Amino acid sequence: MSALFEQIFQVGFLAAIIRIATPLAFATLGEMFSERAGVLNLGIEGIMLLSAMTGFTATSLSGSLWLGVLVAVLTGMLMGALHALFTVALGLSQHVCGIGVTLFSSGLAYFLYRLIFGQQSVPPSIKGFQTLPIPVLSDIPVLGPAVFNQFSLVYMAIIAIPLAAFVLYRTPWGLSVRMVGENPRAADSAGVGVIATRFQAVILGGALMGLAGAFLSMAQFNAFTFGVVSGRGWVAIALVVFGRWDPWRSAGAALLFAFVDALQLRMQASGLGHIPYEAFLMLPFIFTIVAMAVMSRNAVAPSALLKPFRREER
Amino acid sequence: MSAPLIEMRGISKSFGAVKANEAVDLSVAPGEILGLLGENGAGKTTLMNVLFGAYAPDAGEILIQGQPVRINSSADALAAGIGMVHQHFHLAPRLSVLENLLIGIPGKSGRIDRAGGLARLAEIGREHGLTLDPGLPVSALSVGEQQRLEIVKALFRGARLLILDEPTAVLAPTEVDGLFAALRSMAAQGLGIIFISHKLNEVRALTHRCVVLRHGRVAGRVDTPASTTSSEMARLMCGHEIVPPARGPSTPGAAVLTLQGVSTSHHSGMALRDVSLAVRAGEILGIAGVSGNGQRALAEVISGVLAPDTGRMTIAGKAVTRFSPREVQALGLGRIPEDRMTTGLVTNLPLADSMVLPRIGTEAFSRKGLLKPDAIRAFAEEQIKAYDIRCPGPMTRAGALSGGNLQKALLARELAFDPKVLIVSQPTRGLDIGAARFIHEKFLDMRAKGCGIIVIGEDLEELLMLCDRIAVMYEGRLAGTLDSADATVARLGLLMTGAGQAGEAA
Repeated sequence: MSALFEQIFQVGFLAAIIRIATPLAFATLGEMFSERAGVLNLGIEGIMLLSAMTGFTATSLSGSLWLGVLVAVLTGMLMGALHALFTVALGLSQHVCGIGVTLFSSGLAYFLYRLIFGQQSVPPSIKGFQTLPIPVLSDIPVLGPAVFNQFSLVYMAIIAIPLAAFVLYRTPWGLSVRMVGENPRAADSAGVGVIATRFQAVILGGALMGLAGAFLSMAQFNAFTFGVVSGRGWVAIALVVFGRWDPWRSAGAALLFAFVDALQLRMQASGLGHIPYEAFLMLPFIFTIVAMAVMSRNAVAPSALLKPFRREER
Repeated sequence: MSAPLIEMRGISKSFGAVKANEAVDLSVAPGEILGLLGENGAGKTTLMNVLFGAYAPDAGEILIQGQPVRINSSADALAAGIGMVHQHFHLAPRLSVLENLLIGIPGKSGRIDRAGGLARLAEIGREHGLTLDPGLPVSALSVGEQQRLEIVKALFRGARLLILDEPTAVLAPTEVDGLFAALRSMAAQGLGIIFISHKLNEVRALTHRCVVLRHGRVAGRVDTPASTTSSEMARLMCGHEIVPPARGPSTPGAAVLTLQGVSTSHHSGMALRDVSLAVRAGEILGIAGVSGNGQRALAEVISGVLAPDTGRMTIAGKAVTRFSPREVQALGLGRIPEDRMTTGLVTNLPLADSMVLPRIGTEAFSRKGLLKPDAIRAFAEEQIKAYDIRCPGPMTRAGALSGGNLQKALLARELAFDPKVLIVSQPTRGLDIGAARFIHEKFLDMRAKGCGIIVIGEDLEELLMLCDRIAVMYEGRLAGTLDSADATVARLGLLMTGAGQAGEAA
């Protein structure tokens, strides 16, 4: 058993947690912004998939990784705008439209991918992001190689967390987002544009979901496959609740999930071979369900979540 | 008198065929408190929504300090120096006092200007005695404090005219005094104030002048409210004399409902703590108190929705502790909950369905698990006629009815089965004088027939007029019970704030 622990708890393991947590952190922050403004975005799974596809394609065709990231972000924003059009401007059911956006985006991703790349026996791949050690910091023992010898997208995620907290809690726009998610009528009577603020928040959320997709196809796997997202979007929705709609807690939730995921990967690879690997694959999801059951009891969602705003209603 | 701060000229506004406002003129001078009186549906709120930019008027113009302006949104109104305290507060409960103040205010170099906000909040607090703890979440404030925050919010945005829509409806008597003091202080500094109410005594005590609306038109103007009698103003509001119903002497019979040492826990509002009371046949017992002091739990325990932890309860001499709502109903308990829309009836179903809902399983309305639609319809039609419920018919969606008609429907539903005990919460909240009068008369009729009635309310004048005895709830306990002959607004008000104990257990 101790040999197993030694194998698990090493620098590589810490680095793996950070790497696995990155797309989850982007996606969770994205979903959090959307929900803080009162809009549940169940389109997240499809938005991540489509962004992973478009980012991969742009890079594959142009050779530029950052162009790919940009295309993925723009894709996320566009799909966020589509979701906002249905749910914010037209006030339709957020559940139904979100699932619609996921189905539409996934279908579109498959279709475009086949159209562009055809059916190849060996799926095309790109030379994805390489680790970028940060001078000095990466020399710190244990922490250095784990945190400061990562992809640049990982550093972006690490910066995105305090930035999201700053925007949400310290800026007038962040206050407007929180207000339209709690009591849109109050925001409206204070002269805040409820529709505009919700649109902006959902589109910003889409951009972050796009980054999550880009990370998967351009840093983690360096290829696009139809299973590239495989439920990470749904997990992000749970992590937002687990993180109580707070940037710091949400990022913490992503880290915790990544820890369990990294753990199960190691356990698969370790000497516990007589247990079917599928059992290990379930672990992070079992963890999510248990964590949700325990934590969401005291979690209080934004009051106006799922509620469309129409001014003329009395 | 100085030039008007704001002037509305010939304002008309229609919704479909309904003329909500017709050629209304109104003006407020700096330093003036204007009362806007009228029954429900008289057009007060519509007029103020026109002024606050929520509706565009069909005709007429608005002048601010002599200059015509167009107000198309609340943002325009705020920019023009108009602030409004709505009946339902526009606050985000989970955000702090300061955050609720700073919403929509541009920041300083990209950040929320907390320091500036704190300074301004302290300044407003000093000037008008409107102090608030900036760090508290709004959900931790009392209703009175939330209202204070709404007023501060308007001042914060530089309002020179403040509109208050029925501000005293949610306040305890002592809080009303504080509000009036603040309003007078603001007026003394040159602010204009429009005070909407249908409580005549308040309008007489506070305002300098008032405008009375009826059916969307100006029915009259009163230049000296303090020296005009309430009945005169009531006549302007209704178009005819209103005589309050007289409560004759009664000879209460045996106790029809008793509670002994009832306590609850785990209630979303205030829990009950050792409550004992008795209501006799032919008696109306009032339960006064600032809302949120356990009234809701009391109504829920009596109607069987909430099971008490300890204590005993009887209805007509039969022990009913921990009975289900259906069981207590079968023994003759009728309930009219405080929230007509959510607890009272199902707004998306036809009115007829809501009217039989509590008795849907009884012989009268179903047989062998199948509804009798004809019987349900006939019952609803009969009640609509008997109670003069204004609606297109029994199959109308209940939510489409006005508050007064909904309340009549609920009353009809309970009274049709001759309850032995009736518990009603806030029976006339939001109703106008005419509808309230109708409800009061029904209660007095039931009292004469030997029904024991509990009226839970905040309007002390109403309780004093209706009730034989009045108990006051404070923090889940009965703080005292007074015979209504000995009770005054002042004595009840004192008990409501938890100061002093009086009387025996009810």
